[in-house]
Amino acid sequence: MTATEIDNTLTDPRFRATLVTGDSASIRAITEKICHIAESPRPPRAWYIAFAIAITFLAILGTMIAYLFFTGVGVWGMNRPNMWAFDITNFVFWVGIAHAGTLISAILFLFRQKWRTGINRFAEAMTIFSVVCAGMFPGIHVGRVWFVYWLFPLPNQMGLWPNFFSPLLWDFFAVSTYATVSILFWYMGMVPDLASFRDRATTKWRFLLYGILSLGWRGSYRHWHIYEKSYLLLAALATPLVLSVHSVVSFDFAVAQVPGWHSTIFPPYFVAGAIFSGFAMVITLAVPARSLFGLKDFITMRHLDNMAKIILVMSLMVAYAYLMEFFVAYYSASPFDRFHFLNRMFGDMWWAGWIMLSCNVIVPQCLWFKWMRQNPWALMIIAVLINIGMWLERFVIIVTSLSRDFLPSSWHWYMPSYVEVLTLMGSFGLFFTLFLLFCRYLPMIAMAEVKSILPQAHDYQSRDRKGATEP
Amino acid sequence: MNKPRLYGYLAQYDSPRDILRAAEVIRDAGFRRWDCLTPFPVHGLDQAMGLKKTILPWLVLGGGVLGAAAACFLQWYVNSPHTESASLYVLSGYPLIISGKPHWSLPSNIPVIFELTILFASLASFFGAWALSCLPRLYHPLFKVARFRQVTDDKFFILLEVSDPKFDIHVSRELLISTHPAAIEEVKD
Repeated sequence: MTATEIDNTLTDPRFRATLVTGDSASIRAITEKICHIAESPRPPRAWYIAFAIAITFLAILGTMIAYLFFTGVGVWGMNRPNMWAFDITNFVFWVGIAHAGTLISAILFLFRQKWRTGINRFAEAMTIFSVVCAGMFPGIHVGRVWFVYWLFPLPNQMGLWPNFFSPLLWDFFAVSTYATVSILFWYMGMVPDLASFRDRATTKWRFLLYGILSLGWRGSYRHWHIYEKSYLLLAALATPLVLSVHSVVSFDFAVAQVPGWHSTIFPPYFVAGAIFSGFAMVITLAVPARSLFGLKDFITMRHLDNMAKIILVMSLMVAYAYLMEFFVAYYSASPFDRFHFLNRMFGDMWWAGWIMLSCNVIVPQCLWFKWMRQNPWALMIIAVLINIGMWLERFVIIVTSLSRDFLPSSWHWYMPSYVEVLTLMGSFGLFFTLFLLFCRYLPMIAMAEVKSILPQAHDYQSRDRKGATEP
Repeated sequence: MNKPRLYGYLAQYDSPRDILRAAEVIRDAGFRRWDCLTPFPVHGLDQAMGLKKTILPWLVLGGGVLGAAAACFLQWYVNSPHTESASLYVLSGYPLIISGKPHWSLPSNIPVIFELTILFASLASFFGAWALSCLPRLYHPLFKVARFRQVTDDKFFILLEVSDPKFDIHVSRELLISTHPAAIEEVKD
């Protein structure tokens, strides 16, 4: 599998291969290959199978939510003191996944990392779909769902507003701003590619649909000039935003008094964990997508290698955060904190704590080895394990803390009901349904951006260097 | 039905290098109503076309300041004490005392101020960019030209519009031909 692929992971500029490999490395071929995915009359058979599975889980999600609404939150296993469990775990998990997309699209853009162009479009799509999944959970966990607008900054009938000193309201602002900015950024980047779809349309419907979506884009350089500035500004705005979102999510916990939550390390720890899990999800999606849609020339070994290195760094940061949590609990000399962290590793839910540690700290150490980073399917297995570990991390933080708080008399065991488990699985159904539809109907790779990093796009620069003498 | 009028000349180039050289020629000839149309941003073309800097960053700054002001006002307003004066009644919120914090407490107001600053600035950047580009505009005479469909694929074009004061039906055509285009075509409206 790996032997047939071009190894373009060398960073030595003398031997550096191009980012786009093989016969795809021409402006023409990029348009052809990417547009072909959305234009072929039928997607690959694997797409149908995946879509059937995804939409089944989406239907399960719908059923579970309907059951929840008609019966009440009692169908979930939550109790006192475990007021939050699967719902908020899923929320934090999905918001975390989203972060890698913005990191790739905004932060790597500001750092001029040209390899991002191969993966940024679908990483951004992943961001939006996981924010959709994340946003759903606070909405359905409120109990009386007809009062869901109480989440919004609106006054009630007595003129009483939500508490603006509460991180839960900050969360509303952070997540909704994040969703809005991600969609704007994604759409902005997609307009020139939608225009490619429009110009290649063979049916009236495609022409109308992509024509409207592409806003009449005609590649005018007067527009490109403004567009590039706008894209840069959006990237510059999204960068602090993405760091703020998970910081605000972590405030939900850090501001509370519960042992295991009340900690100043939470904002950076959560952000690192978010990027860690998000990159794992990008790999989980990229490895099958590149095989299925023939994108190996665009999502090359170098992309996978780079992402694996980022995952390794993030794993070390997460490991450091775990270590610091234990150290601070010991050093604080607070009996509650000390008890909490012992309980996390050796208490009733010891298995969750140890799976979390193995998946997030031990498994990613495989990525020190180049042959591991270069084996796409091994990478994907590691990525899935990381996703499991990161989900359990949030579960451990939320449930082991709540179920064993200050007073032993209020301790209570938590066991998820089947409704909660199916809702979690259903949220994956929602995510993958949206993602598969995106792969089929929208440009999966940012064509205009990939074209602009080809060597052909810069042929005039060599002319300038030679002193502008023309033959 | 009106007879189609000449809208301009469209010259096609096959590489970024060709269009850069051609753009410099057109710029130096003093044209104003003309355009380069490319499948991706060809860097250096802004100088070759003599484009001025866009005012977009100022719009974004304005959006950000407006967002910060809106967030400050919102948070001040919802916690503003009641007033007896009927004319100021609209400015009284519902002050809550929570963990002894003052009604106006900047540290706890910062997250919302930050988020709304980013939100308004991003909206300004997005909508400002389209407004400055006069998009969406679903109709343009160029869309009638069959070869222009390749602009989103791999071809580069220069459009000289008839409405330019320097435009002359013969001289301008000669000028375009002197830049060695791969093809040249009339655009009718």
